Amino acid sequence: MSNLIAIFFGMALVNNLVLVKFLGLCPFFGVSKKLGSAFSMGVAVLLVIVVASAVTWPIFHFLLIPYGAEFMRTVIFVLVIASLVQIIEMTIKRTNLTLYNALGIYLPLITTNCAVLGITFINIDQAYTFSESIIAALGAGAGFTLVLIIMSGIRERLDMADPPLAFKGTPIAFITAMFLGLCFLAFRGIIR
Amino acid sequence: MHSFTKNFLRGIIRSNPTFILLLGLCPTLAVSTSLDNAVGMSVAFTCVLLASNIIISLIRNHVPVRVRIPVFIVIIATLVTIVDLMLQGFIPALSKSLGMYIPLIVVNCIILGRAEAFASKNSTTNSIADALGIGIGFAWAMILISLIRQLLGTGKLDLFGRHLFTVPGLGDNPVAIFLLPMGAFFVIGVLLALFRWMGVSTGE
Repeated sequence: MSNLIAIFFGMALVNNLVLVKFLGLCPFFGVSKKLGSAFSMGVAVLLVIVVASAVTWPIFHFLLIPYGAEFMRTVIFVLVIASLVQIIEMTIKRTNLTLYNALGIYLPLITTNCAVLGITFINIDQAYTFSESIIAALGAGAGFTLVLIIMSGIRERLDMADPPLAFKGTPIAFITAMFLGLCFLAFRGIIR
Repeated sequence: MHSFTKNFLRGIIRSNPTFILLLGLCPTLAVSTSLDNAVGMSVAFTCVLLASNIIISLIRNHVPVRVRIPVFIVIIATLVTIVDLMLQGFIPALSKSLGMYIPLIVVNCIILGRAEAFASKNSTTNSIADALGIGIGFAWAMILISLIRQLLGTGKLDLFGRHLFTVPGLGDNPVAIFLLPMGAFFVIGVLLALFRWMGVSTGE
């Protein structure tokens, strides 16, 4: 149990997807201008990461390994994630229209989001068990959402600030990300 | 030959994937800690982009429009797997330090973007020019970032195990923060501001 808690916080805070592993930078800079859309994007990524981990783990361990086809990992995972996102999108559209209106436009963007594929690779490379993979995915998704929300909060304020002209917009967002990363560096101590 | 040069030159500066379009930043920031990694990543990236542009421009008239994206993804994923396996086989040290960022070339928005926006609509020669231009554009951006990070972060310049240069005053006490992930954000932020100050339009 303590192992699972360590994995969760390790993924969410210490090895944060965006700030340490540099995965999912496109939504991090693209969808972090407004708090509302940042939250929706974060939740959509969290959802897809967890489902993708739950599906790719059995595929790798019960299908690819027995047939000695581990080298097919990249191809299979990309296809699985792409079709998964489609299925999730269609299911949400049929069952919950409010949720679809909130998350709908973000789901297709996630197909080519390296955060999702990256997490499935990390789960395999770290030799996580099934439950550990799910917890790792939950932690990574939670960490992603957290950072996206913090970033959008800062950027909403930055719009009113007056940085040097050359830094306005994207450059100052990168500098902000640096300071955010420095803050998250302090979490390194919480896990041995 | 005129359009070949035009398509080739476009990716290098005017629509540079890293500094102008801000695409595919994940590998650029993640593995730019040393010059070796930057060179390895650029070569791997350009090989995949070149091969995918060639194949997609060759089959562009035979793929039904509705299934084109899945077809492109399968082609790119296959090419990435080939490059990944070749790196593991021939240069295991480099493959180890680039780690999962090599298989993650699959989801690099630049490659799928060029397949969709350029190779699926243009001739093979023009697609080759486009791939080479974008590849060089990606490479010089990546090498520039890694050069700054390595010079400031380690205080010296090494390339493939050969020591080239020591920065006076930094060799013994380097600014290690440039090797940490946040150093990458800082370097690219300052570079973007610098380009904008010089009058190049960057962003979105």
